[in-house]
Amino acid sequence: MSDDYSKRRGLSWSEPLIFERSRASEDRSRFGGEGLDSAKVRGDIPDSLIRDRAPRLPMVTEREAAQHFTRLSSWNFGVDAGLYPLGSCTMKYNPKVNEYLASLPGFRDIHPDQPPETVSGALELMLSLQRMLEEISGMDKVCLQPAAGAHGELTGMLMVRAYHESKGNPRKVVLIPDTAHGTNPASSNLAGYEVKEIPTAKNGVLDPETVKENLDEEVAALMMTNPNTLGLFETHIREIADVLHEKDALLYCDGANLNAIMGISRPGDMGVDVIQFNLHKTFSTPHGGGGPGSGPVGLSSRLEAFQPVPVLVEKDGEPRLEWDRPQSIGKVMAYYGHFLIMVRAYAYLARLSARGVRRASEIAVLNANYLRVALKNVYHLAHPDQCMHEAVFSDKNLPNGVTTMDVAKRLMDYGYHPPTIYFPLVIHGALMIEPTETEGLETLNLFIDALTRIAKEAATEPDTVKSAPLTTPIGRLDEVAAARKPVMCCVFDEDGAD
Amino acid sequence: MPYIPHTEAEIKSMLSSIGVDKIEDLWKAIPEDIRYQGELDLPQALTEPELVKKVRSMAGRNLEAGSVRCLLGGGTYHHYIPPLVDQMLSRSEFYTAYTPYQPEISQGTLQAIFEYQTMVCELTGMEVANASMYDGAEASAEAVLMAERISAKNESGAILVGTTVNPLYRRTIATYMKRSGREIIEIGYGPDGRTLVDKILEQEGPLAVVVQHPNYFGSIEDMEAISAACEKTGAVLVVVVTEAMSLGLLKPPGHFGAAIVACEGQSMGIPMGFGGPHLGMFACRKKDARKSPGRLAGQSTDADGRRGFVLTLATREQHIRRAKATSNICTNQGMLALAAAIYMSIMGPDGLRELASICRARSQYLKEKLEAEKIGRIVFSAPTFNEFALDLGRDPGPILKAMAQKGFLAGIPLGESYPDLENSILVAVTETLGEDDLDNYAAQLSRALSEA
Repeated sequence: MSDDYSKRRGLSWSEPLIFERSRASEDRSRFGGEGLDSAKVRGDIPDSLIRDRAPRLPMVTEREAAQHFTRLSSWNFGVDAGLYPLGSCTMKYNPKVNEYLASLPGFRDIHPDQPPETVSGALELMLSLQRMLEEISGMDKVCLQPAAGAHGELTGMLMVRAYHESKGNPRKVVLIPDTAHGTNPASSNLAGYEVKEIPTAKNGVLDPETVKENLDEEVAALMMTNPNTLGLFETHIREIADVLHEKDALLYCDGANLNAIMGISRPGDMGVDVIQFNLHKTFSTPHGGGGPGSGPVGLSSRLEAFQPVPVLVEKDGEPRLEWDRPQSIGKVMAYYGHFLIMVRAYAYLARLSARGVRRASEIAVLNANYLRVALKNVYHLAHPDQCMHEAVFSDKNLPNGVTTMDVAKRLMDYGYHPPTIYFPLVIHGALMIEPTETEGLETLNLFIDALTRIAKEAATEPDTVKSAPLTTPIGRLDEVAAARKPVMCCVFDEDGAD
Repeated sequence: MPYIPHTEAEIKSMLSSIGVDKIEDLWKAIPEDIRYQGELDLPQALTEPELVKKVRSMAGRNLEAGSVRCLLGGGTYHHYIPPLVDQMLSRSEFYTAYTPYQPEISQGTLQAIFEYQTMVCELTGMEVANASMYDGAEASAEAVLMAERISAKNESGAILVGTTVNPLYRRTIATYMKRSGREIIEIGYGPDGRTLVDKILEQEGPLAVVVQHPNYFGSIEDMEAISAACEKTGAVLVVVVTEAMSLGLLKPPGHFGAAIVACEGQSMGIPMGFGGPHLGMFACRKKDARKSPGRLAGQSTDADGRRGFVLTLATREQHIRRAKATSNICTNQGMLALAAAIYMSIMGPDGLRELASICRARSQYLKEKLEAEKIGRIVFSAPTFNEFALDLGRDPGPILKAMAQKGFLAGIPLGESYPDLENSILVAVTETLGEDDLDNYAAQLSRALSEA
């Protein structure tokens, strides 16, 4: 398996920056603007406001652009290419029918300011999605507007703030366990809160006593992820919610890991006040090489009045956008959210329904536990307990100074995307593996085999592992140098630099 | 079950390797009282053909711009998108990848982002552009937060925001600024539809000035005067652009001393999509790069000296800096940035200028025609790029409805955000409308007004 890559080389392109392909050509005009009189176009615009130099965009033909971007794509690893077990990211298969439906002109080519009666199909789809998310989460209301998970967190925390302000004191502190995603403290800070980090107990979950010890009248909320980033279910969450509510503090649940519990347990029943959904994780919409995502939030009735405008409701049997919400936090982006992503998530849920989503979660948990058991004697397992949708290992027992980074890079040579590495921070050298339910047994077995071989290589030929990857278009890059003297755009010859 | 490859036999064998009898045994950690009993109440599962039928009928109930003539703008524009853009985006090597945390197998995404960043710098006249924000509104809000970091010494200065900045953007900025308690002061507009620069000069020690150019009314702002006013008051100049196409013709904000440019990039090859996903283009000066939000791709080399690209200056970001990060952004608009890069690549400098000129010329054609034939009244006297405010002299609601029935999405009513413009609409023109369409529009509008 490891040395069967020689065949690939003939298709490994060397492709310059598109600016380096630039050359003069006469075949540029495609819109029939050749005859325009430039003085007349300018008309009453003062000369001082007209561009005196065109932007230095590349000058390539359509054919050259097609070649350029096709070649760039060949340097990427995507879910369609192979296993992408990136923990906390839920890299499941992105069904193609979703892509097709999102490309329908009736969705793509509608303007957000069209009269509502001309977009009734779009509003109905949004309303249906909203209801399905309410049912899956057990939350009282869902707001679709946030653009991504972190944006949902911010929206949620701004609502928490508005809730406390409505009672006369916004409060000062948000409690966050040490296993949290980095976005949690960042979002809390952006909402104007100080962050107090609290420790996870030795068994990997949060102890209600720890919450009690840190709780006072200035705590606005606790932000916790369930299942958490160790892949463990927060067993005491209901009790923690009660402890918080006694002091009128709220419970924010980071819903990044919802893929583990659909149809099995509902955040609304756990006492959660606000949770974000990551449609690009749990609900199968593609990650797009870094986005777009979509991060709707589910709310308990406590927070309903504060959601961003417009609020999508049903009135007289018709979906309607309501703007008149005096206690709303306002707007968090220009329009109604990432509508074309909602179309994809809707299609996924309409296809799966209740049994399908439950089955997805069951198999996601099954796959993760299968990996956990198969690899527990090969890599050090962070927690011995059963896991939910992901399992966390570490490089603790690897010989010859081989690290998590080395294992990750060596996995590329075996044809896999590496797991999430060095997160959660509480596990030194963490390797966080989330296989998702769309990967079958054979794939898992091959992956287990690759990880087992790498562990053996660490003992027998550590230098190979440490110098991996050997088969990718490029080797490990010097990230320190890149940050010290950053070059963040193309340097043109005429600028005379470098 | 859809999208799950396991057979029952495989499930059984996996359970036995794990050492449990049934799948339920895998969530012993979930207390009984919060286990969901029964089956979720979701609509019945659809087969793939049923799904397609149902969703197509929903899509079919929307009036799509391609089947009518669309003169709606206000931050979202109906431009032509060359099919190459979607063909390239449909490569799953791009769209099924995650954020490029592992550069060795993400060079496609990383190099494309680097190219995109360069193009945005060229378009806006700035030195550094990030890998994207959610949309123009959120980029504007992040720009104001960054202005606070740039001008950290200015503890009490207000944020001056032009009333001619898109009302939805102003509301987003207000939401993001709530926690700081810093004052936001609106700077009004004159009868020409441009920001009153004197009102900026009246303010003492403002922290930042936020203007939109061309502004929400389509008016081209007096950027030289605004720039001078910022210099005089020491305010950080934030320029918002919602019609990126204008940058093919107009001098970019960087030439007027903008410290930050927040631009909606939807016009660069991205469908209107009922408002999203769009693309927040965000650009700043190199000296402020470490205070900027979002991801940045940078150039580096591997051990053999080969050029490659990585995410850089990550110590500003949430996954490293946590509560002290410059922003909480994680997932951004990668695919849309790629769309914009492909679009700008095939436009090139000449194509973009040509297209911008056509938009401007056709908009002028309609504006002059309406003026000459006295159909409504052009509200503002300042030069405009490709949209303008038109006073209909009566409630626009019924007129817009009548026009929709004639196959025209005729304009956006301005009254809700600007009570003094309750009878006016915003009309936008792009290259998708020919002069015959515009003649037709004028004739139908004239008729609708006379019949009303």
